Amino acid sequence: MSACLSERAIDHVVLERGQVANSWRTERWDSLTLLTPNWQSRLPGYGYQGDDPDGYRTMPETIDFIDSYARVIAAPVRTETTVTSVRPANPGYVVVTDQGEWRCQTVVLASGACNIPRVPALAEAVPSHIATLTPDRYRNPDQLEDGGVLMVGASATGTQLADEIHRSGRPVTLSVGEHIRAPRVYRGKDIEWWMDAAGVHDERYDEIEDIKRARKVPSLQLAGTPGRTTLDLNALTDIGVKLIGRLAGINDGKAQFSGSLRNQCALSDLKMGRLLDTFDEWATDNGLDGEVEAPHRLPPTWVEDAPPLGMNMTDGAIRTIVWATGFRPDFSWLDVPVLDRKDQVRHDGGVVTESPGLYLMGMQFLRRRKSALIDGAGPDARDLGAHLASYLDGVAAPASR
Amino acid sequence: MADTERKVENGVNVAALLDAREALTDAADAAQFTWRASCTWKNGTHSHSTVEGYFGLGEEHKHKTTFTFDADHPAVFASEDLGAAPVEYVLVGLASCLTAGIAAIAQHREIQLRSVTATIEGGMNIQGILGIDSDVRNGFDGIKVSYEIDADASKDDIEALVAQSQKRSAVYDIVTNPTNVTVEVI
Repeated sequence: MSACLSERAIDHVVLERGQVANSWRTERWDSLTLLTPNWQSRLPGYGYQGDDPDGYRTMPETIDFIDSYARVIAAPVRTETTVTSVRPANPGYVVVTDQGEWRCQTVVLASGACNIPRVPALAEAVPSHIATLTPDRYRNPDQLEDGGVLMVGASATGTQLADEIHRSGRPVTLSVGEHIRAPRVYRGKDIEWWMDAAGVHDERYDEIEDIKRARKVPSLQLAGTPGRTTLDLNALTDIGVKLIGRLAGINDGKAQFSGSLRNQCALSDLKMGRLLDTFDEWATDNGLDGEVEAPHRLPPTWVEDAPPLGMNMTDGAIRTIVWATGFRPDFSWLDVPVLDRKDQVRHDGGVVTESPGLYLMGMQFLRRRKSALIDGAGPDARDLGAHLASYLDGVAAPASR
Repeated sequence: MADTERKVENGVNVAALLDAREALTDAADAAQFTWRASCTWKNGTHSHSTVEGYFGLGEEHKHKTTFTFDADHPAVFASEDLGAAPVEYVLVGLASCLTAGIAAIAQHREIQLRSVTATIEGGMNIQGILGIDSDVRNGFDGIKVSYEIDADASKDDIEALVAQSQKRSAVYDIVTNPTNVTVEVI
């Protein structure tokens, strides 16, 4: 957004609570790589220039990428500046920070979709001798005690951590609810290539059938490994991870798991089949069948006949629970009445229509399916930057301190 | 109960149940039952279910008559209301199971029942089934059963009856504990 505003000569500042790429520096585990290939991180006027376009960035590389971009576009970043309040000032807004106050005509909320781990309420019933951890505080398996781990959640984070922790010699039980299965490579091409090329990532928020639902779809079960391997539930079963249903409750030291595991896996297999069908149709329609490998399907997700429904939490078998149950944004500092009953900003494709001059970025499916990806920031910033510019044209003064 | 002369009669053949427990202790195969129902869609949300046969004690059995159940949804769901809602059948199942248990245990404990009435209600936020809020579960957010029991027993004994009935109830277990469910299309 800063690049798009500079392009339009709109005076602005970028407030950062820590250093540029702060959450990548402070809230990610050591071995994490981006789930999107290098070529896919396209920012306005900037992109990948190395010799491994199909690889996946490590965290240091990701931090460096964002850091370099901030320098290339000369983004006016104020680091170590924490926003404590944003409130309407009529006209414009007052932004209070620990480094002083700002008055401005417009505010872009780009503080991210993943600020606070979404830990289920039943976490309160976990016996006190079991350590609990959220992914933003996880760094590597050495942090955990020896012994069994219950990984709650089987989307991208849960599956990657289950893999790493199980391989460290700590037996993992993976509690599986709704999840989206996807092969890393399909017909010889990265799944992200297909999503991009077939236009799936560019589907717009105002053209999709059920946007509320689309915004809640869990992350694809992907990992960015050098071998471009698929990390689905079958791959985890192969290394000995035990699959169990969705965690339903903890009573008297006993965890209860839903009997819906089979259906959750069947739903995911069917959904993946439909996605691959879409790619196959697109490949045929575009005459690509001769250029990419032949279509294929993955074997169904294997589920044992009668998955366990209960687990003793007091016998010492489970030493750690990791809540890979997602994140939510933190708008506790936003003193503008635009939050719904779930404390999320009401918006129309990132335009906070109830409070003119206020914009939102980086949320799941904000304007297009890829809005929450690095690759989605550019197109969203161009759209919202244009809206913001025409809004400023309609009001008087530019930003001033 | 000090009066051993008094004949307690709740209509439950406790002797037969105790005999069955004895006989089935070492016959795990015979103890394996399969309960069945079949359900046919009629129209809209209306369906017609029948309960006829079941398997147990090593062989097929038939109920004396075929029992039938119409299920539908009420008018506020824009349905025809041609039967109780499926969730109401769950309440019926739980209340009737607990009540049967109370009678059987009372008989065994030689408590004469005069009347037993259960009122059962399940709370539900339909934002779950309507897909409005994924944090709201589809099912009941809680079930409350209230018993009014008139019996020749102290309040404590009656409460013990109700507690034991929950401990031994199949439907109570089904509702309170997860069950693996397999649904296939043939």
